[in-house]
Amino acid sequence: MKTMKHAEAAAQFISDEPRTDWHNETLWFVRQKRDKASHGLPEWEQLREWASQIKHHSLSHLDQYLVEFEKNAKANGVTVHWAANGEEHNRIVYDIIQKNNVQRIVKSKSMLTEECGMNEFLHSKGIDIVDTDLGERIVQFRNEPPSHIVLPAIHLKKKDVSDTFHEHLHTEKGNNDPQYLTEAARIHLREKFIASELAITGVNFAIAETGGFVVCTNEGNADMGTHCAKIHIACMGFEKIIPKAEHLSVFLRLLARSATGQPITTYSSHFQKPREGQQMHIVIVDNGRSKQLGRADFRNSLKCIRCAACFNTCPVYRRSGGHSYHTAVAGPIGSILSPNLDMRANADLPFASTLCGSCSNVCPVKIDIHDQLWKWRQVLVAEGYVDTTKKVGLKGMAFLLAHPSLYRFAGKAGRTVMRLFPWLVNNKLNPWYKQREMPAPPKESFREWYLKNKQS
Amino acid sequence: MIHSLPNYIDMKVGLFIPCYIDQFYPQVGIATLQLLEKLGCEVSFPLNQTCCGQPMANSGFASSSKGCDKNFVGNFRGFDYIVGPSGSCVLHIKDHLKDDDRPGEAEHIRKNIYELTEFLTDVLKIEKLDASFPHKVGLHTSCHGQRGLHLSSMSERNLPEFSKPEKLLGMVKGLELSHPARTDECCGFGGTFCVFEEAVSVKMGKDRIAEHAANGVEYITGYDESCLMHLEGILKRMNSNIKAIHIAEILNSNA
Repeated sequence: MKTMKHAEAAAQFISDEPRTDWHNETLWFVRQKRDKASHGLPEWEQLREWASQIKHHSLSHLDQYLVEFEKNAKANGVTVHWAANGEEHNRIVYDIIQKNNVQRIVKSKSMLTEECGMNEFLHSKGIDIVDTDLGERIVQFRNEPPSHIVLPAIHLKKKDVSDTFHEHLHTEKGNNDPQYLTEAARIHLREKFIASELAITGVNFAIAETGGFVVCTNEGNADMGTHCAKIHIACMGFEKIIPKAEHLSVFLRLLARSATGQPITTYSSHFQKPREGQQMHIVIVDNGRSKQLGRADFRNSLKCIRCAACFNTCPVYRRSGGHSYHTAVAGPIGSILSPNLDMRANADLPFASTLCGSCSNVCPVKIDIHDQLWKWRQVLVAEGYVDTTKKVGLKGMAFLLAHPSLYRFAGKAGRTVMRLFPWLVNNKLNPWYKQREMPAPPKESFREWYLKNKQS
Repeated sequence: MIHSLPNYIDMKVGLFIPCYIDQFYPQVGIATLQLLEKLGCEVSFPLNQTCCGQPMANSGFASSSKGCDKNFVGNFRGFDYIVGPSGSCVLHIKDHLKDDDRPGEAEHIRKNIYELTEFLTDVLKIEKLDASFPHKVGLHTSCHGQRGLHLSSMSERNLPEFSKPEKLLGMVKGLELSHPARTDECCGFGGTFCVFEEAVSVKMGKDRIAEHAANGVEYITGYDESCLMHLEGILKRMNSNIKAIHIAEILNSNA
């Protein structure tokens, strides 16, 4: 099936206007919680600056810190794997599953495994993974991808969840009570946790000096999964590395405040070494990251700590829904990360923005997201990933505007046409006119007025 | 005029009227010119100006807008200040104007180009205005002027609050200013975004308008005519009584 481009998918999303309004309001509420939490800290801007600099330093010394991390993790009894891309990552996880001959597998939220398409890959090998984050479990039941990296089922309403649970968990039909539905999910997931043999988690922060790592959740599902399982596999993009444990004091304060307005995630779980008899694996993944690191204009997109503040503030995201971005990571940050993974498939995303700049302002690690969107547009045009009509139109426009007399002629002709033959402009072929009136063309331009009234 | 102070007299100001204002909103250009002259500036309008190149650059065609850059430098070199009634066009010049043949002149322009309201508050430093506009007005805070040129504080940041356009509107007799619930959300114009992402663009505009309408405003004003053109198009289609008006027209009004 051909993936819809963002504009088309967004138009489809917006065709249900009350639902769009609800989606917009819900995420705006999260943005407001973030504002309240961040405005309450006088040192907020200082924290952002520190976080940005720590990440800058870490990204500039990856060779040193990744090796240090590996050494310390190994000393802790952890097995460290390196994956150049998504396929290698999936293969490593698959091999561990095969070798240990396990069937019951739970996974807490990991956007990396989404990026690598791990669930689909393992499913094709006959292995089913149970997502244990509540939102992720809901979308998994529905066979949909998450629409948001922190709130995976934010596109769904209570009734949708009720219908899904009725189908998969046999809850009462039409019972939309969140308490009731959560209870049902809780019972269902507890059974999975208790039975789990292998648990997969993501990694929020990997600490070079200790070889340990931190996983942040609000539901405690990473802990419950790993506490019961004999095997823990933690999957991380290599940019998750930070030099020291003390740096957590900056990031943990920023992460949850930026994400949901909480002072800290309910669970910030520190993993250091396997329990007696447990295996612990860490898979460190590149998958295009070293390429992005080499792009001077885009390297600091790797500072991202996946808080999704840029999603919640983005006026386009709130009105188009996460699925319209057709990538594992949606929203503004996804739009600067995804072209690196596949320029052709994701050429539409940097254009799914008004460049309003709100994303860069909320970013806790100060990624210049909207400037990078602008820069990606230049790259995509230069590499030929923009369609011909747009190209011909804008190059023609550039030519016209570079020649003053031609511009004046076209302007006058255009205004005359609009006055005398409005139907030439006011028709369905003009996307402006679909839901907006054209400006009323004045008899004279400013320049014409100026020549008459000012140039004596 | 009563507010013209002698120290402005020698200031040579080049009036930058963006192409779409020149063609569709001459009254905004006229108001800007009259306002600056009232305040004692020596203003001229270079006759061969066209466009700043922003529509092309924001669409990924910055490399094709070199002709616009050269034309801009040709028109606006030699002025002390360049002033234009459009935040996003001014920001584009500030961030991107390049001319390999005349790098010094391009740099001078980048450093001395001002959006109208910041020119009034930061360069002319005006504290009062002889203007009157007895109406209920909502201010649309356009993104590029706000987040790019820092014409006002931003709701996302934890920094002191200020607003240059609001300061000026506060000097207008009879004007009652109201704020939309989301003080600085984008209206959805976004240059070519308004046609390539038509559905989102219009939805964003409708949502902005709804917040101003809830305040019972008669006018929506702003320092970026492009956003106002987009909002005006939607207002007219909705048969709304609310009108869009550029801040220059209000600051120049004498009811």
